[in-house]
Amino acid sequence: MSILIDERTRVLVQGITGREGEFHTRQMLEYGTTVVAGVTPGRGGRDVAGVPVFNTVAEAVAQTRPNCSIIFVPAPFAPDAIREAISNALPIVVVITEQIPVHEMIPLYHFARLKGTRLIGPNCPGLISPGKAKVGIMPAHIHRPGSVAVVSRSGTLTYEVVAALTERGYGQSTCVGIGGDPIVGTSFVEVLELLEADPQTHAIALIGEIGGEAEEEAAAYVKFHVRKPVVAFVAGRTAPPGRRMGHAGAIISGTSGTAQEKIAALRAAGIQVADTPDQVADLIASARVPRDF
Amino acid sequence: MNLHEYQAKDLLRQHAIPIPPGEVAATPAEAGAIARRLGRPVVVKAQVLTGGRGKAGGVKLAATPAEAESVSASILGMTIRGHVVRRVLVAEAAEIARELYLGAIVDRSSKSIVFMASAEGGVEIEEVARAAPEKILRRSVDPYLGFAEFQARELGFGLGLDAGQVRAFAAIARGLYDTLCQNDATLLEINPLAVTPTGDLLALDAKMVIDDSALHRHPELEALRDVEAEDPIEARARQEGISYVKLDGTIGCVVNGAGLAMATMDVIKLYGGEPANFLDIGGGARAERVAAALELLLADSKVKAILFNIFGGITRCDEVARGIVTALQSLGEGMRRVPIIVRLVGVNEAEGRAILQAARITALSSMNEAARAAVDAAREAGR
Repeated sequence: MSILIDERTRVLVQGITGREGEFHTRQMLEYGTTVVAGVTPGRGGRDVAGVPVFNTVAEAVAQTRPNCSIIFVPAPFAPDAIREAISNALPIVVVITEQIPVHEMIPLYHFARLKGTRLIGPNCPGLISPGKAKVGIMPAHIHRPGSVAVVSRSGTLTYEVVAALTERGYGQSTCVGIGGDPIVGTSFVEVLELLEADPQTHAIALIGEIGGEAEEEAAAYVKFHVRKPVVAFVAGRTAPPGRRMGHAGAIISGTSGTAQEKIAALRAAGIQVADTPDQVADLIASARVPRDF
Repeated sequence: MNLHEYQAKDLLRQHAIPIPPGEVAATPAEAGAIARRLGRPVVVKAQVLTGGRGKAGGVKLAATPAEAESVSASILGMTIRGHVVRRVLVAEAAEIARELYLGAIVDRSSKSIVFMASAEGGVEIEEVARAAPEKILRRSVDPYLGFAEFQARELGFGLGLDAGQVRAFAAIARGLYDTLCQNDATLLEINPLAVTPTGDLLALDAKMVIDDSALHRHPELEALRDVEAEDPIEARARQEGISYVKLDGTIGCVVNGAGLAMATMDVIKLYGGEPANFLDIGGGARAERVAAALELLLADSKVKAILFNIFGGITRCDEVARGIVTALQSLGEGMRRVPIIVRLVGVNEAEGRAILQAARITALSSMNEAARAAVDAAREAGR
């Protein structure tokens, strides 16, 4: 098993002719991912690394039957690209693009729910089910197939944890970067729910950072709904208190989003919290999770 | 990006929110002139991008223009939570019978804009929210249909306002919502929203935060940026597309990715060092940006050692290595040298290491090992 993506995943790349889109299409193909189509309006009829390019998502869907889209479209055009993917009923849409205005993401988030699309990101590294498929920008070589799932708000920090897991003999079932923006399509809690039900996943590494209340929500969920071992790392213990303006942020969440508050909430839910990223792997080992290799 | 009170008020005025007249002054003489023009008692308010101005003595009443001038002289130049006061807002003083709170925010949890209102506004609003959360009224805005009039009425009646006041309140709430949306703000708050002895509503203070990701489509808001209030190194970093926050320590950090950058600071601290900054070179940084980052850190005289922590992905290791080598070569003889510790792994790692090797820099492969080396180097240099 694994979650969300596997060997049956057929990927559509929106923004395939851009610098990042083209580079990562090649990387995904090299990893063995089935990339069936690309879309760049006005570039239909070309191909990128043998992948046919279409003008519209509708055409690409009709001719190549993708079941997942990854979006590299630049921020000013990304909201429209996301809407196009959701409107064409793609079940999974992964948004790599960063700096999409948050006011654009509000209706898109709810539109994805309405249409039953699993939206991941924006501003995320994507996801990988090692040995099966990679729909993202992470360096593939640090991953191995295995039993530990990783879910994270950060990109490169996730790589750090994955590398440590692999080095200590733990492969990964699926790694999901949910994205670092204030509004993301899929939350920690939703990924945890999928991982708890995934037979390949024996333990979960959760990588958080300061700001918002996603870690607190994850902690509350784990306490009552997750029986698999969960270990965590929260970046930003030494971050200076932000130049916070106004009271609304504190009023709405009842927390100020500091690492200390998040770590306390996670620990209260029985989750072990690492001091350094690589220590996540040690904590997995101390939870008696059998090594994969 | 945070706006000053006077800037937020200017935007709110465009949506017909009742705000006492006032203007901004940079000198006591200007402040006196404004008070004279207003012809009424005024309040002089420090314009700094931080909270707690009142408690710090940055807000004072003045009955006459002469008093406005002398009060401004005492406020201008004072430091509030590390922010130097360069301007004051001189506004007509209002009589206050009650202080309400009205704010709207982009709420991460519900993925919507949420209005909050309370009959107990003022500076203790967070305490009210903690001790008596039921005193904070909330309404979520429908993502497709927008803010509804009935929601404004529910809030207004919930605050104990009479029918006439609720009409005025609803117009204010609507204006606040439109100001929030049209300016891509993630937070807009009127606190206090005062009820005067005659029962009128007046917005006496405003806080507004603009979504940085939306500034590209708001040049008029970008122009409001208070460049003077920025740290000069931070300002240069922003121009280079580098995310940088100055801190007080001695170990300069250059990292790709915000999460890893924070984790790097945490690990430095864990090994007994103090980070001099947060610095994220961003995804896909080219050699030029890496070189710019290194130069920024060398401009900070407190920096005794520099730690590069790079996990290549969308950022390629060879680009980073080229940036380091280019920057070091272009530094003149007069430039100070500090020990540089490089941790480089990930995409194009071998190419990156080879480039560094040629410049006699050894790249480490473990983050903890590199952080420890940087802590030792900074300690050595500090002796």
